[in-house]
Order: sequence, then C-alpha cells, then structure tokens
Amino acid sequence: MPTLELRDVVGGYGDTQILHGVSITVDAGEIVVVIGPNGAGKSTAIKAVFGLLNLTGGQVLLDGEDITNTPPEKVARKGVCYVPQTANIFPSLSVEENLEMGAFVREDDFTPRLHEIYDLFPPLKERRRQAAGTLSGGQRQMVAMGKALMLEPRILLLDEPTAGLSPKFRGEIFSIVKTVHAAGTPILMVEQNAKQALKIADRGYVLVDGRNKFTGTGRELLEDRQIAAMFLGGPTNGAKDKAGDGAA
Amino acid sequence: MIDFIGDLVNFYLIPGLVLGSIYALGAIGLTMTFGILRFANFAHGETMTLGAYFAWTLVQLTGWHPIAVLPIAMGLTVLVVLGIDRGFYKPFRASPTIMLVIASFGMMLMVRSVVQFIWGVQMKAMVPGIQMPVVLFDWLRISPKHMMIIASVLVLMFAVHYLLTYTKIGKAMRAMSDSPELARLTGINTEAVIRATWIIGAALAAAAGVLLAVDTHVETMMGFKLLLPVFAATILGGIGRPYGAVAGGLVIGMAEELSSYPWIGTEPLLNPGYKAGVAFAIMVAMLIWRPSGLFRGKVY
Ligand SMILES: Nc1ncnc2c1ncn2[C@@H]1O[C@H](COP(=O)(O)OP(=O)(O)OP(=O)(O)O)[C@@H](O)[C@H]1O
Ligand SMILES: [Mg+2]
Repeated sequence: MPTLELRDVVGGYGDTQILHGVSITVDAGEIVVVIGPNGAGKSTAIKAVFGLLNLTGGQVLLDGEDITNTPPEKVARKGVCYVPQTANIFPSLSVEENLEMGAFVREDDFTPRLHEIYDLFPPLKERRRQAAGTLSGGQRQMVAMGKALMLEPRILLLDEPTAGLSPKFRGEIFSIVKTVHAAGTPILMVEQNAKQALKIADRGYVLVDGRNKFTGTGRELLEDRQIAAMFLGGPTNGAKDKAGDGAA
Repeated sequence: MIDFIGDLVNFYLIPGLVLGSIYALGAIGLTMTFGILRFANFAHGETMTLGAYFAWTLVQLTGWHPIAVLPIAMGLTVLVVLGIDRGFYKPFRASPTIMLVIASFGMMLMVRSVVQFIWGVQMKAMVPGIQMPVVLFDWLRISPKHMMIIASVLVLMFAVHYLLTYTKIGKAMRAMSDSPELARLTGINTEAVIRATWIIGAALAAAAGVLLAVDTHVETMMGFKLLLPVFAATILGGIGRPYGAVAGGLVIGMAEELSSYPWIGTEPLLNPGYKAGVAFAIMVAMLIWRPSGLFRGKVY
C-alpha cells in the first residue's frame, strides 16, 4: 500500500479549477519528485494533500485512509509534515521555539528529537536563541525543515526547498533530504532544480497545466530526450527563473 | 531645583506612569486579538468597563478592597467574553475581517447598554474618601492607590511575560500572531490559542478597568474613553506585539500627562482638556510615518 496517494485529484481555489485530475503515488521509503513549468499546479497539488483547497473530484489516501478535504491541523496530527514554498517559519520566534512549535502535537518529551535536529543542522544549534526571521535564506530553510521533522513524520512534503538558494546551500539541502530519506522517511518534493532532484529521486512526475504529463523513475525522466529539452535544458536557466522566489 | 523636579515627578510623571500602565494592560489584550484573530476589537473598551462594574459590585457585597476582589472581577469578565466569542465571533471565524470588526462594534453598543441597564448611568466611587499621599525623601509624594496600581500592573505584566516566553500555549500564541496559516499547517490547536487569547485579553482589560476606577471612579463610558489611547498604544507598539503594547501604553500615558506641564512659561503647554488629542495625534503620526510601530508589528 502506498504511503501517500493522490488519485485523479480535481480542484482549485474558489471557482478557479487548477488541478484537472492529478495522480501521484509515494511508496514507503521513496523520494518522489514533482517537476513542471511555473504555474503548472505543483504547489497546488501538495496543498491538496493538506486540505488547503476544496477538492471537487478524486481522492487523497494516507496509508489507505481517505483524508480528502481533511483540514490542515488534522492532517498534521496524522503525521504528515509540509514545508511550504514561502512563509514557512515563524519569524519572530527563536530558532528553538520554531522547532518546539513543530512538535506542538507531540505529547511526549521531544528533547532527544531536538538534539537530533541540531545534529542534522549544526548552524541552527549555534543560533538557537536568535529570531528565525533574522537568519539567511538557507538557514531559514533549515529551520523550516527542522520544524517539520520534529514530528518524526510519516511522510515529508517539501515545496521547492532549494528555491533562491546559493549552489552551496542547495547541495546541503539535497544532502539533508537524502539523510532524512535514508532514516526511513518517505519524501514528496517539488523541485525547480530538476536535474539535481531527479538524480536522488526514486520516481518523478512532470505536471503541466494541472495534469500528469510524464511519469517514470528518476533515471528514465533524466534520460528522456523530450523532457530534457523541455525541463532540463539548462539548469542555470531554470535556476535563474526561480531566483528570489521563496526567499521572502 | 528639588521643587521643580518634585512637581514634575509628583504631578506629571507618576500620574503619567499610572495612566500609561493602565493603557498598557488594555493594549496587550487589544494587540493580541488583533494579531491572532486579525480584527480590531471595538468592544475591548466595554470589557474594561465590565471589569470595573463587576469589581464595584463585589466591593459592595463583600466590603473588601477593590484589589482584593480584582481576581474575581477578572474571572467573571473572562467568562462573559468567552461566551461572547462562542456566540458572536466564532461563527465569523472564516469570514472577512470587516465582518468581525462590525460585529465587535455592535457588541460594544450592546455591552454598554446592558451595563447601563443593570447598573444605571450615574458615576460611582470605587474607593470612598480621599487618601493622603505618602511622602518619601521629603519631596516624593505618592498616594497609596498609585502604589497599588503600579504594583498590580507589574505583577500582571510579569505573569504575561512568563506565559508568552515559557509556556507552550504562550509560544503558540506568538506563533499564530506571526502566521495563522503556518500555525494551522504545523498542527497548532488554533481554537485553543484563540481561547487563551480571549482569556488573557479579557483578564487584563478587566484589570485595566478596575485600576482606572480605583484611580478615578466607575462610569459607563470609561471603557469607551480608554479605547482611543489604547488603540494608539497598540499602533505605536506595533500590531501583534505585546511588549510593544506595554511600551506604547507607557509612552501615550506619559505624553498625555506631560503635554499639560508648563514647559514654556507658567501656563500648561496644552490645555488638559486636549489630553485625548495627544493620543490621537501620536496614532495618526505613526500610521503615516511608521505604520509597523516601534516593535515592527503587522501592517494591514
Ligand atoms: N491562493 C491562490 N488563489 C488563486 N489562485 C492561485 C493561488 N495560488 C496559486 N494560484 C494559481 O494556481 C496556478 C498554479 O499555481 P501553483 O502555485 O500550484 O504553481 P506551481 O507549479 O507551484 O508554480 P511555481 O513553480 O511558480 O511555484 C497558477 O495559475 C496560480 O496563479
Ligand atoms: Mg510552487
């Protein structure tokens, strides 16, 4: 049984339909990457899992349980963690308070987990009393991911975690994604740095205009001529388009 | 020289501090409802009035000092405000802000009418008689009621500070004030945070009303008159910033009192009748030049 499954999901914002039947499957232990042009509905597809839009068709299943249109706080309580593309930290709270909030739904002592997160993101430990809003873009992304990981989630949803970051930070974030995955957490990730992302992906989906366009293993998509021409053309181009996005 | 400093301190600074700390209590609640529920609560002034009337009634019933009945008055006010939230604001949780603002405006008129209906419109004295000030170091004169007001405010502020800094719900309140959307995504129990916000806001507002009544008297328009300086303090401090609200309250209170000090010549700089205008002027100036306030609050 897949950990997470979007089955022919149809929906959007208000009366505007954005997703016209999107299907995505994340199996236990997989990294799944979603790519596609700007405005394709990649973020919207993730929001569909989190009950952030009104779905008029299709289903969202978490380990087989129907969670279609479940409100966000309930989805979080089920152990699904989501790092939005923007506004993904509490800027006036300290780094440590952000991590504590990530553990809000935990009833047990999360101190050991806090130390694991600091081991995963050493720069955060040094700055744990600092207001998260004063950190650099890369460090903020670390706070956002650390906050989501506090729950030891059943699945982690990441929306463009490397958008607007320097190549150095981009590499760091990718290696952390690999570490988290190696520890057993399945990951669904939207990425603009398609080449780099597909390299670590078990499977990839290409969304265009709110529909599935291509599906395959990371390697298949990387080697596909058509996809290479459309989406992997120049990683620098892709990176340029997204510069500044998500840094706010 | 001592006379000059003595006058300034005894007749302007201490009253300014007393008034300012009362504004601060009111502004903490207003700024938190603004930050967390995203609306300007016009009924906040009536919450203060309600607290004062509860305390007055308790004093009549028990014969205790107003400060002794303060916790009970705060508790009663909290119950009323939680009831109002359940009945009148909760149905609008997902509605546009303007509907909540208007609902709170209606609530302001309703609460005031109910207060006037129950207690009448005449002024009432909270503490009968006149108290002699205590003289310290030969020149510092401070009345016992002012000492009690400042001490009460300090206790309440430390309690709020502790709550916001060290408790889970307090941190969640600050988080939700930063971003309600992210708070929901994080799994924070937003209804619990809203309830905590009303409880703290109403308790502090009630305390502000009672303390103002101790300093002056009880009347049905007292909360409404507090509303302008408390809004000014909220905006000055930055919306959603409780520490800003404290600073804002103190600045507004001091500015109001010091504006009538005879800085030039022997006449008051500003006729004391225009005190309320000082708060208004500060509020307008902040909105024009620095709408995020001193502590970088939200801008809508
Ligand atoms: N909150 C919203 N309300 C209305 N329309 C929205 C909203 N968010 C996004 N849209 C629209 O939905 C469409 C898909 O947006 P989405 O953010 O899902 O794209 P994306 O694939 O994530 O793009 P990007 O690469 O730029 O992040 C766009 O046309 C966008 O304008
Ligand atoms: Mg997006």
